[in-house]
Amino acid sequence: MMQFMLLFSRQGKLRLQKWFVAHQEKTKKKITRDLITLVLSRKPKMCSFLEYKDYKIVYKRYASLYFCCAIENDDNELLTLELIHRYVELLDKYFGSVCELDIIFNFEKAYFMLDEFLMVGEVQETSKKNVLKAIAAQDLMQEEETPQGFFEDHGLG
Amino acid sequence: MALKKVKGTLERVLDKNLQDLVRGIRNHKENESKYIAECIDEIKQELKQDNLAIKANAVNKLTYLQMLGYDISWAAFNIIEVMSSTKFTFKRIGYLAASQSFHEETDVLMLTTNMIRKDMSSQNMYDSGVALNGLSCFITPDLARDLANDIMTLMTSSRPYLRKKAVLIMYKVFLQFPEALRPAFPRLKEKLEDPDPGVQSAAVNVICELARKNPKNYLSLAPLFFKLMTTSTNNWVLIKIIKLFSALTPLEPRLGKKLIEPLTNLIHSTSAMSLLYECINTVIAVLVSISSGIPNHTASIQLCVQKLRILIEDSDQNLKYLGLLAMSRILATHPKSVQGHKDLILQCLDDRDESIRLRALDLLYGMVSKKNLMEIVKKLMVHMDKAEGSHYRDELLSKTIEICSQSNYQYVTNFEWYVSILVELTRMEGTKHGKLIANQMLDVAIRVQAIRHFAVSQMAILLENSHLLANNSQRNGICEVLHAAAWICGEFSEHLSNPKATLEAMLKPKITSLPGHIQSIFVQNILKLYGKILKAAEAKEDDSLKKEVHTLLQEKLPVFIQSGDLEVQERACSILQIVKYIMKLEEKGAAVADEVENLYAGELNPVAPKAQKKVPVPEGLDLDKWINEAPDDSSDEEVPGNTFFLTTEDEHRSSYQHGDESRPTYEPTEEELEKRKAIRKTEVEHNPHYLKDDGKGHKPRHKDAFDAKDIPVAEIDLSVPLHVPGLSSSDKYMVLQQKTEKAHKGKKEKGKKKKKKGKGKTQAEESDEDEVAAVHTVSTIVDAPEGMAGSDHEDDKKSGDVYKALDINLD
Repeated sequence: MMQFMLLFSRQGKLRLQKWFVAHQEKTKKKITRDLITLVLSRKPKMCSFLEYKDYKIVYKRYASLYFCCAIENDDNELLTLELIHRYVELLDKYFGSVCELDIIFNFEKAYFMLDEFLMVGEVQETSKKNVLKAIAAQDLMQEEETPQGFFEDHGLG
Repeated sequence: MALKKVKGTLERVLDKNLQDLVRGIRNHKENESKYIAECIDEIKQELKQDNLAIKANAVNKLTYLQMLGYDISWAAFNIIEVMSSTKFTFKRIGYLAASQSFHEETDVLMLTTNMIRKDMSSQNMYDSGVALNGLSCFITPDLARDLANDIMTLMTSSRPYLRKKAVLIMYKVFLQFPEALRPAFPRLKEKLEDPDPGVQSAAVNVICELARKNPKNYLSLAPLFFKLMTTSTNNWVLIKIIKLFSALTPLEPRLGKKLIEPLTNLIHSTSAMSLLYECINTVIAVLVSISSGIPNHTASIQLCVQKLRILIEDSDQNLKYLGLLAMSRILATHPKSVQGHKDLILQCLDDRDESIRLRALDLLYGMVSKKNLMEIVKKLMVHMDKAEGSHYRDELLSKTIEICSQSNYQYVTNFEWYVSILVELTRMEGTKHGKLIANQMLDVAIRVQAIRHFAVSQMAILLENSHLLANNSQRNGICEVLHAAAWICGEFSEHLSNPKATLEAMLKPKITSLPGHIQSIFVQNILKLYGKILKAAEAKEDDSLKKEVHTLLQEKLPVFIQSGDLEVQERACSILQIVKYIMKLEEKGAAVADEVENLYAGELNPVAPKAQKKVPVPEGLDLDKWINEAPDDSSDEEVPGNTFFLTTEDEHRSSYQHGDESRPTYEPTEEELEKRKAIRKTEVEHNPHYLKDDGKGHKPRHKDAFDAKDIPVAEIDLSVPLHVPGLSSSDKYMVLQQKTEKAHKGKKEKGKKKKKKGKGKTQAEESDEDEVAAVHTVSTIVDAPEGMAGSDHEDDKKSGDVYKALDINLD
């Protein structure tokens, strides 16, 4: 079971954090800080696996973003790498050639995508098509709400 | 009225939405925190509005700010308001904010139960989906208990999308509320055969997670999973099932035998590295569980090792890492198959990647043998010299010592070599393992009698050069080695070639800069040496030597009497008095050397760990009973006073005692505490001099006014720590070092040559072993109370109590 996933830039700015186990804010901050330092200090040719406390950390860099996941000790690291890759593919399909800026300005959409792909630290849906279909349907729902809702909410309905 | 509305609308138009916020933050890079503080104020205003759209926008912005590190727990209630909206857009935003910021201690969580229940039973599939996703992040035991039934109902929903989510969230429910497992399990089992593949893989995932923690309860599902494994083509699912099997096989060896074939087929056929890796791991687990040596299995092991070798040789660092990791698992049970690949592992030790080096180190631990130990340690020492980070160097150091000392020094053939290695290690600066090296020296000197002479001579040299080591006086630093050196020289002083010189070395003024516990060892051993010298002088009837020694001691010991450490002071005082007394006796002509020697007669053996615990309590002794009358409850001043003499660490104990000694401590009962509190309160009330706090928090009168408390108290370090890069040792020491190493090399080379010629008695390492094995025996005598059985294996506190609660029989 995955414990958490972090996305951060090369400057150490956090772009996304998904925790599959609830922690106190302080704990989360400390872990984030530690991991960002650890991963950013790795040289390019080093292997993608680290050990931190009692987790295994699997990370991969895509352009300017680091995708960092923490898994339990008996989880398969290569599978986690594939998981990260699948997530990037999904984002890519959705945003169309995704880049870091897309994730910065549409961070909640990145979360929604993650919520359709992973849940409780496990892979929820192995078919890319189904994930994207679910996201599309929910986007449609949001759009249908908006025109009518916009006027109602602002007291002009 | 209308005007207000229009005004409100205009203000709303100026509200920042998320994009504006992000852009704004990016544009205000230099005064970011000020800008964000402004934004938070705006958000607080927005949250006061009634309009849900505005609130949702504000919550969305808050979620972003939370990611930047700002605490948004104050907005918990507002988040719940947004979650309760009927509009999907707002609901989604609310649940996202909740999943990011809610945790067990969030008070308002109890308000969410009914809302989540309503959302889960909503007509709109995506409403339920959003609720389930959010819940999975912040579920608590209470929520789990209340909502378990609703989630179980959802597992049978007509929509696979919801069934899938419900199945997955059940895992979280089980973790928080284990009692839900038994009723839910039959339904979960049904889902394994659900027509929708998504639901099926969700069920596989959940059961695999559960089964890995408590495998024996899920053994009955093995046939079902076997069928799934052979029919599924989805790699994600396959990997999960195979991992499950590796947890089950230790319990059921027949299952393992059945698995070997399909797994080997998969290994041969698959192109997915992750699946290959998983199969190899499971095959290893299976082979570990099958102890009987059926010929097929050696072939399977060979196959695994072969595949792993390919992984390790791959240029991809990840595969290398995993190959080494899996190899170390095989090493545990089939060391012979792995030892052939020693060359590859040693190569990995040179890798640029630290993680790979550490993995290779781990492997080496299991691959040493008597023959290759010296070579491996030599290589490790070379690495230590080149090591960039002190953490890595420390790892190397501790690993080296672990490798050498495992199983009672099983692989060390020549202890002279080992002692010189230890001495070389003392040159390692900045290490945290000074204590470890010191312990090793002590251990070797005590338990290997034959080596004592050599060890003592080395230690004497160390003492003479103590001024170099004394520079580093941090806790656990290399100066701990002096502790060992002094003790060894004192205890085995019969091997010293020049006791007087060593005595002088121990009395050097630089010693006073060492930590207290080391100084106290020095002082103690000074007396031992003195006794020895006195004996020798008496035998030779050398009065002048006696006089010299006496004057020396009288001059130098007083320095220790002025030491700040209590133990040192005490010992130095007693010893000085003894010396003075002996001098008086000597002047009167009495020969007291024998008595002095008797002070330290007898052989000290290491004490078994936990020996103290095993000392039987004599009959009639109640350890928990009070010795004296209970103390007066009137004042609390005694309590802090008691701690004055308690030391927090076992510095003054011999380093052999590894076990904890728990003393019965006095703990005041509840009533006594209450009584004390009441008495203290009355005292405070009646004391006119006691200043009470107003509670208002006075502002400081001047900005520069400072409190006495604020002045940082810094410890004055009397010794000036100089970093001497590359400790230079005395020539004598180095030459001796090189001689011993050359002698070894010479022996080895001679051995090799002779081996080639195939002549009779060779000095090859094999005969070294035999020869050495006879001479350098490691004593295993330990002190222990009579009739003590081998040390118990006390169970460490079991981590994963959560998983223990899930250990229920499901049949």
